[in-house]
Amino acid sequence: MNPRLMTPWRELVEMVRMAANAVKTNILRSSLTILGVFVGVFSIIAVMTGIRVLQQNLEDAMNGLGANTFAFQRFSGISFDAADWEKYRRRKPFRIVDLSQLERRVTLAQAVSASANFGSGEASSRYAQTSPNIPGNGMTPEGFTTQNLTLGEGRGFSAADDDSGRLVCVLGFDLAAKLFPRGSPLSESVKFQGISYKVVGVLVQRGALFGQSRDNFIAIPLGTARRLYGENLSVQLQVQAPNRDTYAEMVEQARGVMRTMRQVPPGDDDDFEIVSNESAVSQFRSLTSAIRLGVAAISSIALIAAGIGIRNIMLVSVTERTREIGIRRAIGARKRSVMLQFIAEAVLLSEVGGALGVVGGILFGNLISFVVKAPPVIPWDWVGIGLAICSAVGILFGTYPAWKAAHLDPIDSLRYE
Amino acid sequence: MSLIRIQNLARRYVMGTETVHALRGVSVQIERGEYLAIMGPSGSGKSTLMNLLGCLDTPSEGSYELNGKDVARMSDNELADIRNREIGFVFQSFNLLARADALHNVELPLIYAGVPPKERRERARQTLVNVGLGDRMHHRPNELSGGQRQRVAIARALVNSPSIILADEPTGNLDSKTGVEILSLFEELSRRGNTIIVVTHEEEVALHARRVIRIRDGLIAADETNPHPRAVVASVSAP
Ligand SMILES: Nc1ncnc2c1ncn2[C@@H]1O[C@H](COP(=O)(O)OP(=O)(O)O)[C@@H](O)[C@H]1O
Ligand SMILES: [Mg+2]
Repeated sequence: MNPRLMTPWRELVEMVRMAANAVKTNILRSSLTILGVFVGVFSIIAVMTGIRVLQQNLEDAMNGLGANTFAFQRFSGISFDAADWEKYRRRKPFRIVDLSQLERRVTLAQAVSASANFGSGEASSRYAQTSPNIPGNGMTPEGFTTQNLTLGEGRGFSAADDDSGRLVCVLGFDLAAKLFPRGSPLSESVKFQGISYKVVGVLVQRGALFGQSRDNFIAIPLGTARRLYGENLSVQLQVQAPNRDTYAEMVEQARGVMRTMRQVPPGDDDDFEIVSNESAVSQFRSLTSAIRLGVAAISSIALIAAGIGIRNIMLVSVTERTREIGIRRAIGARKRSVMLQFIAEAVLLSEVGGALGVVGGILFGNLISFVVKAPPVIPWDWVGIGLAICSAVGILFGTYPAWKAAHLDPIDSLRYE
Repeated sequence: MSLIRIQNLARRYVMGTETVHALRGVSVQIERGEYLAIMGPSGSGKSTLMNLLGCLDTPSEGSYELNGKDVARMSDNELADIRNREIGFVFQSFNLLARADALHNVELPLIYAGVPPKERRERARQTLVNVGLGDRMHHRPNELSGGQRQRVAIARALVNSPSIILADEPTGNLDSKTGVEILSLFEELSRRGNTIIVVTHEEEVALHARRVIRIRDGLIAADETNPHPRAVVASVSAP
């Protein structure tokens, strides 16, 4: 007897090939089952793509603070909990006086800055004017480093600008382009909320975050804002460490100083938030983990339903093809070959739905990239996971029908009508 | 060494409280190159014997040696391998895969033997040419006549060069003229050295074989050598 040439690999290839033929002929009546897999994979891929787009956008855009910098805020970066908002709202705002205290007592800091939003308004130049929705920001000179604002033209604010409350301004990239379509805005005058400022600098473009331009604002020295809008402006405070190594220690020092300043009793929680680029990203992650969990639940249900559908279709298929199975066994198919063939069929069936779900999910999930004006994303890891889950579903739910097929009695099967 | 040696082969079917004795103790030796007919009335145990010879079934009692190896004690995988390379089955109802064309049907045993695609396609094609279906490779069973289907089945049985061709009433579903064509094909195969065992209940068929075993009620009633087997060619002229 010549030795059997069939290697496990060849066997797998051949059985998958046979299975592919069977799936081709069965595709229509399997469409409901395929739809089930589609829904399961689609929901995973669509949501993961969407989250990935937002996260990418957030990470790209999260240079709102400089390196090794954090900000004191009343509000946490992201929260959808109404009770949280209530808690945040009752917190004492930060005042400009806090800045000098921090400067003095947080000895590990390299720079401390304060900024305040003093309201939106209309900005105009001699060439153009905007709608009345341009935010106005008061900034101390260090704010350009702590908030990672890079000047494209001109200069930032000097200590003298700040101290004497000079009427100078720095424009965001988009606002500068709008107000001064031709030529340099430097030394030109811009009117904001009825007051004229001399342009001393223009920032480089920062791009959009969550679909909102971050280049459409005007900045003036905080001292100027205080002079014009009063000492009671609520501010945000930024604190920068000289390097990565001292950052954590500095945060703790600053936290202690802030607790003392705000008279937080020992043992109580902070009545302020410490926000950094990293904390914003990780906050986004934990926020989306609830969404991820929900999607995992939905797609699990869809996939289990689809798996049961696959099992039933395969059981029907085994019965219908009893004779075929008998023939294969009679001409020398081992039980294992028959089993492999039917499992491969279940897996392929599942993968058809999975592949459609992947394509659909990527397309749908990337709709959000149009909304937030971010580049589209293909979450390759989730594509892999999705397709792997499909295979698992096929194997899990195809094994019993395949086992049944493999263990049919060859003689009975050959007689089956 | 005989190709086939069976001794006291018995097969019982238990159905509820009843036991059917399909074979009650059959002993036969078959040599390489024989052309043997098994005859007997319906229900006498012919198919049961064929299934045992073809390793589709295992006996309740007795021994079966094929090429000197004891088949009764083989594992499921070993039996599958024996069916794949030692046995070529031809059935009354053809038993072709309806969805596959003639070429693929003939290729099938070679797939399970692990023959690579190119080689097996070539061998399947050659075998189809040999049974006179060189121009029907890509026809599906339902596009072929009964005789052509049975030729495809015979090609499938032959393609892996088995030791024995087992045909269980191969002409039972064919008109007599087509049946004769198939028989002449068997004769041709026999002349080329194949071992062939044909089950039939038509005396006409048995006249062509060189040896006839008659079975009745699960026992061998007669084992006759036919000194002058009739050539099929002669009977073609007499319908
Ligand atoms: N799978 C089976 N279960 C029960 N009885 C069977 C089975 N196969 C065959 N038989 C019985 O065994 C006897 C011989 O059957 P079989 O070998 O098919 O006869 P033949 O092919 O000569 O017509 C018959 O009585 C038949 O009813
Ligand atoms: Mg029979």
